[in-house]
Amino acid sequence: MSVSPPVSSGAAAPPRRSRTPPALRAYQYNLLAYKRTWRGSLTTTFLYPVLYLAAIGVGLGHLIDHGSKQAVDGVPYVWFLAPGLLAGTSMQIGANESTFPVMAGIKWLKTYFAMLATPLEVTDVLYGHLLWITTRVTTASAVFLAVMAAFHAVPSWWAVGAFPAAVLTGAAFAAPVMAFSATRETDRSFIVLYRFGVVPLFLFSGTFFPVALLPGWLQVVARCTPLYQGVSLCRGFVLGRPGGWDAVGHVAYLLAMLTAGTLAARVTYRRRLVQ
Amino acid sequence: MRARGLTKRFGGFTAVDGVDFSIQAGEAFGFLGPNGAGKTSTMRMIACLSPISAGTLRVLGLDPMRDGPQIRSRIGLVPQEDTLDLELTVRDNLYLYGRYFGLPKKLLRERVDQLLEFARLSDRADERVEPLSGGMRRRLTIARALVSSPDLVILDEPTTGLDPQARHLLWDRLYRLKREGVTLVITTHYMDEAEQLCDRLVVMDAGRIAAAGSPRELIERWSTREVVELRFEPGGHEVQGEGLADLAERVEVLPDRLLLYTDEGDATLDAVQSRGASPIAALVRRSTLEDVFLHLTGRSLVD
Repeated sequence: MSVSPPVSSGAAAPPRRSRTPPALRAYQYNLLAYKRTWRGSLTTTFLYPVLYLAAIGVGLGHLIDHGSKQAVDGVPYVWFLAPGLLAGTSMQIGANESTFPVMAGIKWLKTYFAMLATPLEVTDVLYGHLLWITTRVTTASAVFLAVMAAFHAVPSWWAVGAFPAAVLTGAAFAAPVMAFSATRETDRSFIVLYRFGVVPLFLFSGTFFPVALLPGWLQVVARCTPLYQGVSLCRGFVLGRPGGWDAVGHVAYLLAMLTAGTLAARVTYRRRLVQ
Repeated sequence: MRARGLTKRFGGFTAVDGVDFSIQAGEAFGFLGPNGAGKTSTMRMIACLSPISAGTLRVLGLDPMRDGPQIRSRIGLVPQEDTLDLELTVRDNLYLYGRYFGLPKKLLRERVDQLLEFARLSDRADERVEPLSGGMRRRLTIARALVSSPDLVILDEPTTGLDPQARHLLWDRLYRLKREGVTLVITTHYMDEAEQLCDRLVVMDAGRIAAAGSPRELIERWSTREVVELRFEPGGHEVQGEGLADLAERVEVLPDRLLLYTDEGDATLDAVQSRGASPIAALVRRSTLEDVFLHLTGRSLVD
């Protein structure tokens, strides 16, 4: 056999580089790797919204509405519920994609280390992955809104604004959870994060019922949670009453969370990946 | 590449303790030593993956602390543990890695085909990595390290855990690279690998360099021409070692055998037998790097 290695010796001209920014090259990995898992993600992005909206929105909603069209917050229950679920699902996908896949990058598949042996830097790896998670949230939110429309749960054209609001909610959760995941040695803490973080938030941030129904002090707590911001934003848009300064406050809260989470992740990623 | 007083500390632990070496372009340079000698830490500093704690280091004439991405764009790294994506195909692993370097897609597709050929993986190109054998994965990792046409290839224990056939195939591939003028930096704890592949090497122990030179020079300087290996009944090596000490320049007593260092192996073996000593097994062989290591550190390499 006469196979010689396809390498250029030092004297040869350096190969032409493409102009793809480094973080997008890391992003490309996720895009290609997604083709092996996309089937599994259909359940969370497509089937869950249908099931939730059918069972709780329509089924339970029927009992709640009692024939009234203004049962909860002056609208049918399914109108009230759907935007809450939209934000809640964005949070779940944002958090989910920032736990186990981050551990895979560090420990199970070590894809982060493969990237770091190339010209990519820690921040490229981080931004590429965060961008990918945001992509996942984006497609899931688009599907969710489409399903909502099919359930006649999109009463206003303002609902278009719920799309970026849901994406922002997912990204705002992803960044700090990535920062957290990079500090973990095993995946056990992810279960804890779910039990004591994600699930309670999903249930009590105004997703399924107005927070005004909570006892006084819990109301205050609920209004301060990050998911409440996302739920309120999405609901405001979907119901055609986006609300002025309140909405600005919600957006500012989520943007601050995204920024702080990203800065924290820069620190924890570097600490974990560069030794 | 040049290192002066290169040091790596992890908290209170010093993994690399002020080492000096320089490596010329086109050379195959080895770091030989037992596990924990500081080889991998040194490799990681050279590959700009790990900041240096003290000393100076220049790689391809650049400063790893400042020019990391630029240096890494000219380095191919074969890490000790494979970082392949097991769920992707062989081809995708190569392709994506090339994209990390920012190589244009068209150029990359051609090169991936060449590399698949080089690594003898063409017929597995579109299968997932997971079912591949250790040797195949290692070849894929090496092929991946070549995707950017690097000037310098760093191999951290390239053949650990492979069967002899897989090792020989890998060595052959590394020879070809060397012939192409690629600089190779190799760590290993196999002396045969170091002897086969390296023009020059350093022997590392406990974070320091114990000796440096070509394999031949090291053996000439630190060992005798030949070695007589004797095996006695278990537990008898200490006593026999004392009795035969005057027949050789130096005697090493290992748990399972006795080594007599001498320039005339057959003559020494005759002398042993004329003393009435009756080993279960006896062997005369040439000195190897393992003997050098044993002499310098008092320990065998695969501890």
